[in-house]
Amino acid sequence: MAKWRRWLGLAPASIIIIGLFGGSLGYGIAQSLGWLPFLGQRQLSLAAYRNVLAGEQLGGQWWQALLFSLWVSLAATLGSALICLGLLSSIAERQQQYRGLSTISNLHLAIPHSVWAMALLLVLSQSGIFARIGFGLGWLDQPSDFPVLVRDRWGIGIIMAYITKEVPFLLLIGLATLRQQGREYLLVAQSLGANRWQRVRLVLWPLLAPSLIGGSLLVLSFIFGAYEVPALVGVRYPEMLATMALELFLNPDLHARAEGMAVSLLMSLIILVVIGLAWRWRRAEQQS
Amino acid sequence: MSYRIIVWVLALILLVPIAVFLIYAFAQGWFFPALWPERWDSGLFLRQLADPQLRRAFGQSLIIATGVSILALVLGYPAARVLELQTFRGRGLIYGLFFLPTVVPSVATGIGLNIVFLRLGLAGTLFGVMLVHLIPVLPYVVLTLGSSFARYDRNYEQQAAVLGASPWFVFWRVSVPMLLPSLVVAGVLAFLISWSQYVLSLLIGGGKIITLPMLLFAAASGGNQSLIASLSLIFIAPLLILLGLVARYLGSPATGATPRP
Repeated sequence: MAKWRRWLGLAPASIIIIGLFGGSLGYGIAQSLGWLPFLGQRQLSLAAYRNVLAGEQLGGQWWQALLFSLWVSLAATLGSALICLGLLSSIAERQQQYRGLSTISNLHLAIPHSVWAMALLLVLSQSGIFARIGFGLGWLDQPSDFPVLVRDRWGIGIIMAYITKEVPFLLLIGLATLRQQGREYLLVAQSLGANRWQRVRLVLWPLLAPSLIGGSLLVLSFIFGAYEVPALVGVRYPEMLATMALELFLNPDLHARAEGMAVSLLMSLIILVVIGLAWRWRRAEQQS
Repeated sequence: MSYRIIVWVLALILLVPIAVFLIYAFAQGWFFPALWPERWDSGLFLRQLADPQLRRAFGQSLIIATGVSILALVLGYPAARVLELQTFRGRGLIYGLFFLPTVVPSVATGIGLNIVFLRLGLAGTLFGVMLVHLIPVLPYVVLTLGSSFARYDRNYEQQAAVLGASPWFVFWRVSVPMLLPSLVVAGVLAFLISWSQYVLSLLIGGGKIITLPMLLFAAASGGNQSLIASLSLIFIAPLLILLGLVARYLGSPATGATPRP
């Protein structure tokens, strides 16, 4: 096919992504450097970054939010990945296409995170369904006896919302790998005399590792930067980076916009560095 | 655990929230320790359905999500086709370009675009919101269509062309039918991502465009549980109907649906 036709096919989609993404990045960097023409401010400086990283008020908030975001995203990702690995290990040797499991996992992906968070709130809050059941069974005397599981200061509600949401996602990724190449290797290992544990540990896990690690990285970067769930089932303190960025940006004081922008750019930078390192590491693994 | 138990547990985890929403939406006078509501009443739910603000939000969400799906398919089809059926320099780079929006948070892109869209006069317009929704949607449509192009046999197109079919005829009678499951799934995926979008609509809609997620967020901060439940039901009903219609395609590996966290 002629060269120009190739680019004609790619151009519309690429131009939209480059235009929107580039525009967003360009204006984002400019604003974070204090270029706020609507306030008549055109002097560029690193003041916003200084305030965010080391400022008297925001500095503490930033490091707290960074730690909290790391905790929530790592705990939820690790939890989802381990559960998914356990489930896959227990069903990997079935001789079938896993259609039922795929369909139900796909249906899970259809529920928006915000709605999922609301369901969790209605089930797990101190006057929710579980608390009512506990009360009915005589385990509780008053709502405050029920543990604070959503809108709690450790982010338990956020982590639970993500784990229940991301296990089906990782399952779909793992099932795709299993369907493509899993069974033959497991059968060979079995006929060579490997016991069940050996098959799972020495054949299945190495087989699933690349796709599950890749999927987990997507989950990690998604949770690290997502706004909806922490906004709905989180607390104001400690908060995650995404909620901090958006609150600063929507602050009636327009000068806080530069800081909101700085927070969101730093947050994106952290994600891109992690993804980039993982990508390089994987390439090095493949080459060795 | 056996395979069956896992499928059932996952199904249960999916059904419980829907049941909980139904109970909260239709319960009357259901005060705390009571295990079961005193009576049932569809009044609040029906009032919600008739609420002009809700109807407007529903309509705008519908227009935006449908528009985004169509735009994403029209833009994504040629891109996925070139990316998968040809090898050329810069292919990896273009794939990287489509990968970026899947990991950069929408809070970051939305905040950056807020001013750009204000300047272009696109803020607060339906088209502006559709355009910005393409950032999270387009990559998934390209990846989903791409993975079904990866096992696409172009010989059928060539056969048709040799027999004298025009390019349009080949497209409509050969390519589209062969890729139909993937096109349908990609379209539904696009609808779903757009329908669930909150942050980007908020930052670009500028208070003029109100979508369903915004009503849900407002209800969540208000704390009225039956309102939250009614809105959640109205929010997910179209998604469940759409997915029910395409469920038989979803479990099949041939559609190449790219899952998303």
